[in-house]
Amino acid sequence: MSFSTFIQHCLTGISLGGAYALISIGYTLVYGILLLINFAHADIFMMAGYFMIFAMASFPWQVAIPIVILATVVLGVVIERVAYKPLRNAPRMSVMISAIGVSYLLQNLATYLFSALPQGYPTIPPLKKVIQLGSVTTSLVTLITPVLTILLVILLMLLVRHSKFGMAMRAVSKDFETSQLMGIKINRVVSYTFAIGSALAAIGSILYFTDRMSVTPFSGTMPGLKCFVAAVLGGIGSIPGAMIGGFIIGITETFLVAFGYSTYSDAVTFLFLIIILIVRPTGLLGEELTEKV
Amino acid sequence: MSLLEIQDLRVNYGGIKALKGISFTVEEGEIVTLIGSNGAGKSTTLKAISGLLKPAAGKIMYGGRDITGLDAQQTVDQGVVLVPEGRKIFPNLTVLENLKIGAYLRSDKGKIQQDLERVYDLFPRLKERSWQKGGTLSGGEQQMLAVGRALMARPRLLMMDEPSLGLAPLVVQDIFKIIGEINATGTTVLLIEQNASAALKLARRGYVMVTGEINLEGSGSDLLANPSVQEAYLGSQSRRHARL
Repeated sequence: MSFSTFIQHCLTGISLGGAYALISIGYTLVYGILLLINFAHADIFMMAGYFMIFAMASFPWQVAIPIVILATVVLGVVIERVAYKPLRNAPRMSVMISAIGVSYLLQNLATYLFSALPQGYPTIPPLKKVIQLGSVTTSLVTLITPVLTILLVILLMLLVRHSKFGMAMRAVSKDFETSQLMGIKINRVVSYTFAIGSALAAIGSILYFTDRMSVTPFSGTMPGLKCFVAAVLGGIGSIPGAMIGGFIIGITETFLVAFGYSTYSDAVTFLFLIIILIVRPTGLLGEELTEKV
Repeated sequence: MSLLEIQDLRVNYGGIKALKGISFTVEEGEIVTLIGSNGAGKSTTLKAISGLLKPAAGKIMYGGRDITGLDAQQTVDQGVVLVPEGRKIFPNLTVLENLKIGAYLRSDKGKIQQDLERVYDLFPRLKERSWQKGGTLSGGEQQMLAVGRALMARPRLLMMDEPSLGLAPLVVQDIFKIIGEINATGTTVLLIEQNASAALKLARRGYVMVTGEINLEGSGSDLLANPSVQEAYLGSQSRRHARL
């Protein structure tokens, strides 16, 4: 492998990792607040892909992107209101089952509405622009993705660590009842959390599908699972952890494919999951889970 | 008019009748205590007043207004503030953030800063540790933080659920002294305690709860002297706390 091919693969891996990172954050945020693995998150990401197809059919990309983000946010928040909020005081397992139900519902809805055939993902001209860096040829999306991801993660962390809303989020993540005693509206915090997670999934989907070029109703499943693994790998509940996990999985996957082991690329992701759960169940940056007294 | 008037309050927990119709009053400026053994319904009473539990029947009048069935956010906004059992400080927030979150619903920044200074005056230890995570504090410091956090909401009615729970006797003494000081500045206090003798000494009036009902009431000193109270709730405790 020549040096320039190596760099090429690095860029592709980092770029894929960036898209994974944005999706992983959605898992980690929701888990942090509700202790819920939001299985529907993968399908929200898939729906964002379809939203883009329709938005680009009638609008230029500058308008289409905000429309897609907005539509995805609405979808995420509505799902929370309809499928999770009524179960706020139910056992965790019930909410999880509801999440799995929503996941299947979205997949089947998409199959019904858009058929199971792959639909071509529209080209967003500036993202596809070819860039020549010395002997390495790459598209702009490959360079934008990691930069955008890191920027969004920094913004999100500033929000969580230094804003009043972030303080409320951290409080709610530890203790619902006491947060209510502070005057915090739990449902509002949860809604905003889903809104943030969905917005990031929408951005992730634009970056991801621009490389993949087509969407099917099941396009969300595998990346969704991988991003969940990324969140666990980084330490579920931790935002920088999710980002690091996303990058690790994206880069590993790209190099496995590059070396001709594409058959194993998915398996290795789950091997990571097994290893991290055995060696360090809290993940790379996760905090020790202390039982609530 | 009483600051707080509870009329025939009933609360069910699943199928269990946790409160079977209790009535009591708290006057502005008083310290009133509810005593009783575990499971008598003391915590349930406070949770129902603060809006964490919805009553099945009865009325909660506060400052002349009916606050029955309001959410916790709304009661806090009206000055009804609960220091929950077990302190429940946020372990992942710093001491300063824990105090600031107590003032979550307030927007008067200048006054929040004043109140912060006041809490720091009351508990200098918290000022020293303002950048530490709440979870790293000792039990007594956490209780101080929980009280400080409640004060940041500018309570008119401060309700405290077992502030002495799990604390060393000397620390308990401090906490009770501070409850007295807070009350002296005009805040009405409704106190729940298993440490009945300390609570009755501090409180002007008390109510004794048994399995979801109030079966005795009187001034703090009367209840302290009452033989059945002594037998049921003071017992060896009264000797242990005689030194306090």
